[in-house]
Amino acid sequence: MEAAAEPGNLAGVRHIILVLSGKGGVGKSTISTELALALRHAGKKVGILDVDLCGPSIPRMLGAQGRAVHQCDRGWAPVFLDREQSISLMSLGFLLEKPDEAVVWRGPKKNALIKQFVSDVAWGELDFLVVDTPPGTSDEHMATVEALRPYQPLGALVVTTPQAVSVGDVRRELTFCRKTGLRVMGVVENMSGFTCPHCAECTSVFSRGGGEELARLAGVPFLGSVPLDPALTRSLEEGHDFIQEFPGSPTFTALTSIAQKILDATPMCLP
Amino acid sequence: MEEVPHDCPGADSAQAGRGASCQGCPNQRLCASGAGATPDPAIEEIKEKMKTVKHKILVLSGKGGVGKSTFSAHLAHGLAEDENTQTALLDVDICGPSIPKIMGLEGEQYMEDNLGVMSVGFLLSSPDDAVIWRGPKKNGMIKQFLRDVDWGEVDYLIVDTPPGTSDEHLSVVQYLAAAHIDGAVIITTPQEVSLQDVRKEISFCRKVKLPIIGVVENMSGFLCPKCKKESQIFPPTTGGAELMCKDLEVPLLGRVPLDPLIGKNCDKGQSFLIDAPDSPATLAYRSIIQKIQEFCNLHQSEEENLISS
Repeated sequence: MEAAAEPGNLAGVRHIILVLSGKGGVGKSTISTELALALRHAGKKVGILDVDLCGPSIPRMLGAQGRAVHQCDRGWAPVFLDREQSISLMSLGFLLEKPDEAVVWRGPKKNALIKQFVSDVAWGELDFLVVDTPPGTSDEHMATVEALRPYQPLGALVVTTPQAVSVGDVRRELTFCRKTGLRVMGVVENMSGFTCPHCAECTSVFSRGGGEELARLAGVPFLGSVPLDPALTRSLEEGHDFIQEFPGSPTFTALTSIAQKILDATPMCLP
Repeated sequence: MEEVPHDCPGADSAQAGRGASCQGCPNQRLCASGAGATPDPAIEEIKEKMKTVKHKILVLSGKGGVGKSTFSAHLAHGLAEDENTQTALLDVDICGPSIPKIMGLEGEQYMEDNLGVMSVGFLLSSPDDAVIWRGPKKNGMIKQFLRDVDWGEVDYLIVDTPPGTSDEHLSVVQYLAAAHIDGAVIITTPQEVSLQDVRKEISFCRKVKLPIIGVVENMSGFLCPKCKKESQIFPPTTGGAELMCKDLEVPLLGRVPLDPLIGKNCDKGQSFLIDAPDSPATLAYRSIIQKIQEFCNLHQSEEENLISS
């Protein structure tokens, strides 16, 4: 393969951000999607790459399940989610024939697919590519980091929930980043508190303090806390237009602030 | 085995090393020699080791963060409350071993009275150590846990797994193949994003012929500590676990509501069942644990009938 001879499909992507955790179920996919939308809201052209082979959740989140993916001469054409083509998505979810069938693959086969996935999507020109990953520090993560290394990712956003059990796993993810030379842009604490819709009392359902503690331990910026918003979860679940509903959610304010911090820390090339 | 061709037939298939897609693969010679075809001797060794283990239960999900480890730990606590029941908890989440923290055993001994715990977490010298292993190495660790740990006389061995349907899950099922697993308890939360993954897990269990004891719907409703009214943090917009279980014909073992004390107890490494005995969540856990015991006992007597007939 003469990869050096012609520019790869990622050559037109200005900045790549990986969203990692270590812990499952903290909201990596939700945060990846929300971050992509917040960056788009700030006028950027954004792509989302979902490399979770066992549990690809983003197509459903954005109402794109069942969308057909096409091959063009440069590879897979990503799915555009809006008329302006300012936000696009590629996920293994699109390639599964039967969504309820489990993808039961061992490491080597996953590695082979991820390598292909990362290099074969014809993204075109993008300001940001947000890469959502599954939980852990294993085959998928190593394969993703290796495949993206030639394109010098901006760094990783690490997501945790407030409780110590989460922090315990996410600390190990931070070590993974250090060992693989991936810069940690900061920590995001998700599911930070739930406001009772009846009496407006805010309860820390998943304990508290984890995000800031993690950032302090690792010596990286704490980018912010994102609260639980069941109204947003419900609208996601019911397949409402997440892109339309998101700006009305309290999570939007949190994500806008996080996106702004990322933009402030991103070296912008002059056109 | 780092690089495999796109249509790799599998190292243990009859076509290994011989198929058209094997040309050029660095492992072609190894596969063609038949090295992958012989069954792993560890499977028999594990079968022997497991003779002293009466019941083996896998706790699975597919989806991350639904409460597998929390459930596994409390299942272990609940069973071990009876001092005559020997319980063992094995954590095969190699990358994210949460069990030591949840059981309050970080940095200390891993055996206590009638409850034994094993996890890769105990083998790591620092809480920052990352286990960045590829599949084959993780499988090796799991083999060691099952074959080399002296479990002794155990009534219940609970195996907590990571999210997904990959190496760890395949390995546990393969290595325990000859030793008979009672069944799997599958954990989900009410929303579709979880159920989507859990359906895959159920399909995985059926593919590998693993009996399903039932499904537990976790984080099912939240009782506000102030106004005591219930709300849904994770709304069951597609019918929740109840409808999924009906559709897929698997038992729903119960629903556990979200009690903020659960998270706090896990952080402290304590049993929530002891700390909050009157919580609706505790009552739900106890009912589910009882159903699991009944399932195991029923199948034990079925087996004994088969042997004696």
